[in-house]
Amino acid sequence: MNPIVIELTVQLGDGEDAFRLRLPRIAMARTLALFGPSGAGKTTALDLVAGLRRPDSGTVRIGNRVLFDHEQKVDLPPHARRVGYVAQDLALFPHLNVRRNVLYGAQSRRGAPNASERLAQVAELLEIGGLLDRPVGELSGGERQRAALARALMTEPDLLMLDEPLAALDHSLRGRIMPYLEAIRDVIGTPMIYVSHSADEVRRVAEWALVLDRGRVAAAGPPSEVL
Amino acid sequence: MRAPADHRRKAVLTAELLEVTGFTLLMAALATLVMLPAGMALAWLLARYEFRGRSVLETLVSLPIVVPPVATGIILLKLLGRRGPIGQLLEPLGVEVVFTWRAVVVAMAVMGLPLFVRAARAAFEQVDRRYEAIAGTLGARPWRVFLTVSLPLARRGLLAGLVLGFSRAVGEFGATIMLAGSLPGTRTLSVAIYRHAELGNDTAAMILIAGSVAIAFAAVYAANRFARTP
Repeated sequence: MNPIVIELTVQLGDGEDAFRLRLPRIAMARTLALFGPSGAGKTTALDLVAGLRRPDSGTVRIGNRVLFDHEQKVDLPPHARRVGYVAQDLALFPHLNVRRNVLYGAQSRRGAPNASERLAQVAELLEIGGLLDRPVGELSGGERQRAALARALMTEPDLLMLDEPLAALDHSLRGRIMPYLEAIRDVIGTPMIYVSHSADEVRRVAEWALVLDRGRVAAAGPPSEVL
Repeated sequence: MRAPADHRRKAVLTAELLEVTGFTLLMAALATLVMLPAGMALAWLLARYEFRGRSVLETLVSLPIVVPPVATGIILLKLLGRRGPIGQLLEPLGVEVVFTWRAVVVAMAVMGLPLFVRAARAAFEQVDRRYEAIAGTLGARPWRVFLTVSLPLARRGLLAGLVLGFSRAVGEFGATIMLAGSLPGTRTLSVAIYRHAELGNDTAAMILIAGSVAIAFAAVYAANRFARTP
C-alpha cells in the first residue's frame, strides 16, 4: 500500500482563545502515532479528520482528497469521509448485538458487495467469530475493543483512527490486544493514526510519531528517535 | 313492572358506555397518530438544534398545558371556523372541521401534543450523541442515523410520551366541547359524563366515570412501564 499524505491546518475559535492545530504535510508510512499529554490536541485532531468537529478555518486533507477547506467552502459530512474511527469510549451501539454492530458500516455502503467475505476475514483476524450473536452489554473490555475495531474495519476506510485504544484496559489485556492491532497493520494494511500517551505502545505499533504539544508538532520522526 | 324498565335502562346505559368509550378511544388513537409526526419533528428540533426563536417555539408548544382548555378550544374555533383563516382554506376542499368528529381529533391532538413533545424531547436529549457521531463515521447518512440509532435508543421515552399524549386526549374536555360540541357524533367520554351530571343522571355519569378511570389507569400504568428501563 502506498503511503498516504495527511495534512491538517485548522483553527477552532478565534482571538486569544483560539485552538490552532498544525500537522504539516506528512507522508504516512502505515501507522502514524500522535503522542502527547492530555490537552495536546490528539483527540481534537481525530474529531476534525472524522468531521465530528468543524474548524473555524483551515484545511483537512487525506491523500488527494480534501475533506475540509474553509476558503473553498468544502466540508464533507462524516458519512462521506471514508475514515474509520474507534473512539476512546468505543460507542458500540447498545441496542444492537455484536454482528449488527460490526455490519452497521458495511450496510451503509450501497450494496455492500463483499460484506460477508470481509466479515469472515475481519472476524477471523480479530477472533470475534464466537461473539457475533452476543449483546454488546455482555462483552468483556477486550472483546468490546475487538468488536469496535471490527466495526470500523468493515467499512474499508481509507484511514483508521484509534483514540487511546488500550487506555481503558488493564495491563495484561493490553498485551493481548496489541497483536490484533499489529495484525490490522500487517495483514489488512489500512493506514492508521494511533493516538496514545504510552511511549511503549507507540514504539510497538507506529512507524512514525508526532509529538504534539498544545496543537503544535514538537517533534516528528521514528518512535525510537523522538520518544 | 319496575324490573323490565330497569333492565332496559341498564341496556341503554351499557350501550352508551360501549359506544362512547369506543368512539373516545378511536378519536384519541387518531389524535395520537396526528401527534406522532408533528411531535417527533418538534421534539427533535428542540432537542438537537439551536436557532433563533427556539425559546418562543418551546413556549408555544407548551402553551396548551397552561392556557385554560376552554380558551384553547375557542382559539381553535376561531381558526377552524368557516370564517377562520384555516377554515377558509379547508372550505373549498369540502372539509368541515368544527362540530364534526374531525374537531374532536384536532382538539385532542392539540391538547396532547405538549405532553408528547416534552417526553420525546427528553428522550432524544438522553441519547448519547457519540453514538450518532460514530454512526456517521461508519457511512450512515443523517436519516439512517436517526432511524437506526437515535430512534431505537429513544424508544422507551417516545412510547411513554405517546401513552401520555393518548391519555391526555382521552380525558380532554374543555377544548373538545368548544370545538366539537356535545352532539351524538362528537360526544366523548368526558363530554358525556358532564352532560349526564348536568342532567342529574348520576348513575349514568358514574358508569362512564368508572370506564374512564379504567382507561386512565391502564394508560398511566403502561406509560410508567415503558419509561422504566428493562
